[in-house]
Amino acid sequence: MKLSAFKRALWVFHVATGSCNGCDIEIVAALTPRYDVERFGIRLVGTPRHADVLLVTGPVTRPMAERLKRVYAQTPDPKAVVVVGGCGSTSGVFYESYNVVGPVDRIIPVDVYVPGCPPRPEAIIDGVVKAVAKLEKLGAKV
Amino acid sequence: MSGWAVFGEAALVLIGGGIVGLFYRGLDRKIAARMQARVGPPIRQPFLDLGKLLVKETVIPKTAVTWIFSAMPFLAVLASFTALLYLPLGPFPPVLDGHGDAILVLYLLAVPALAMALGGLASGSPLGVVGAQRELVMLMSYEFPLAVVLVAVAWRVAVLGFSPAFSLGTIAMHPLWTVVGPLGILGLAILCLTLLVVTPAELAKIPFDIPEAETEIAGGLFAEYSGTYLALFYLADAVRTVVLAGLVVALFLPYGIAKTLGLAGAAAQAVDLLFWLFKVFAVMVVAVTTVRVGMARLRVEQVARGFWLWGTAAALGGLLLLALDKVVMG
Ligand code: SF4
Repeated sequence: MKLSAFKRALWVFHVATGSCNGCDIEIVAALTPRYDVERFGIRLVGTPRHADVLLVTGPVTRPMAERLKRVYAQTPDPKAVVVVGGCGSTSGVFYESYNVVGPVDRIIPVDVYVPGCPPRPEAIIDGVVKAVAKLEKLGAKV
Repeated sequence: MSGWAVFGEAALVLIGGGIVGLFYRGLDRKIAARMQARVGPPIRQPFLDLGKLLVKETVIPKTAVTWIFSAMPFLAVLASFTALLYLPLGPFPPVLDGHGDAILVLYLLAVPALAMALGGLASGSPLGVVGAQRELVMLMSYEFPLAVVLVAVAWRVAVLGFSPAFSLGTIAMHPLWTVVGPLGILGLAILCLTLLVVTPAELAKIPFDIPEAETEIAGGLFAEYSGTYLALFYLADAVRTVVLAGLVVALFLPYGIAKTLGLAGAAAQAVDLLFWLFKVFAVMVVAVTTVRVGMARLRVEQVARGFWLWGTAAALGGLLLLALDKVVMG
């Protein structure tokens, strides 16, 4: 399997698991002319079946846990998971909340964490690129 | 021509068509990005995308009807590439000239759309089913204007006494603009415009991307497709863009520049082929790229009503003007 094909053609699916929408807007901001992630071949797709990277935002609320697992399973291999935002990484402001079962790495395996509440688009792009690097390291081992 | 020569020519056209299709998709994305003041992806991006999709796992959902789900991507690619063989390529007649006419091309253009719809229906996903229904609604609404445009032009060429009538090769060899009178020119212009509007619909590009509609129905038809199958659809779509733009060129802009430049022989053919590629590119930019950047997605019933009322009216109006012109001019 050759993973170098991934380097410049990453398709990203965005999963919101109860985020406040702050991180989600920053993800969309990365698509705007100012940041334009499409120049690196990164594309936001509408279904996990097309995705290489899952961008997960939010602290994972109780009903979303099951859905998150399913979305993860629906994504074809090889794939990477990037958590965007403080609440996905550590539960952040929702720490010990009664209806939160996160953070994300309790539900699915996570490759890269992008901290910030919300992180800047540059940080999100950097996170996605790190995820690719990780995919390639994995590929080298296989 | 011997069998082997046709074989070689066909292989050349198919491979070339695939490469040109992907290359043009890259240009399309680059130009669209520039229109939005973005840097945009590199022009070879579609090749990278395709390479990546081929590496990915291909998931077949448990709820899918496996054989239909897996056969449809191949059908779409086959039909799109076959249509290439019936396209006049600038100075060269279609590879399979005389083995099928313009009506066959119409069918070959409809087959990928049908394949996508069937694939969506067979995917076992409600999103795929919704997408498939929308694709079928759209197919039914734009197919009539498209057929009228093609038949109108083919009829006018046939009336001039050129045969074989209804062959795209014949049509491309006899441009109509200089033959018909003012009424006919008006009619042709209307028909040309109709075809340009049908083009993005046929390709399911914005504003007619309702069968895919990523933000509403999560990719619709393709919601369950991944890996190799998605790559095949991707390729079919790229090739279909070239075929449709080539159809517009064959019907309405079949002019070469070699004669005007005073060239002859191989040089003339090369120049005309390049010019043909440029014309196809220009049609794509006008009918697909610009429209897709400048517009938002239409609603399903807007598309259906638009094509059934205005599309049909425009196509029939163009046909009528062409016929009237024939009566007036004798
Ligand atoms: S990390 Fe902050 S901005 Fe992002 S979803 Fe959580 S609360 Fe909102």
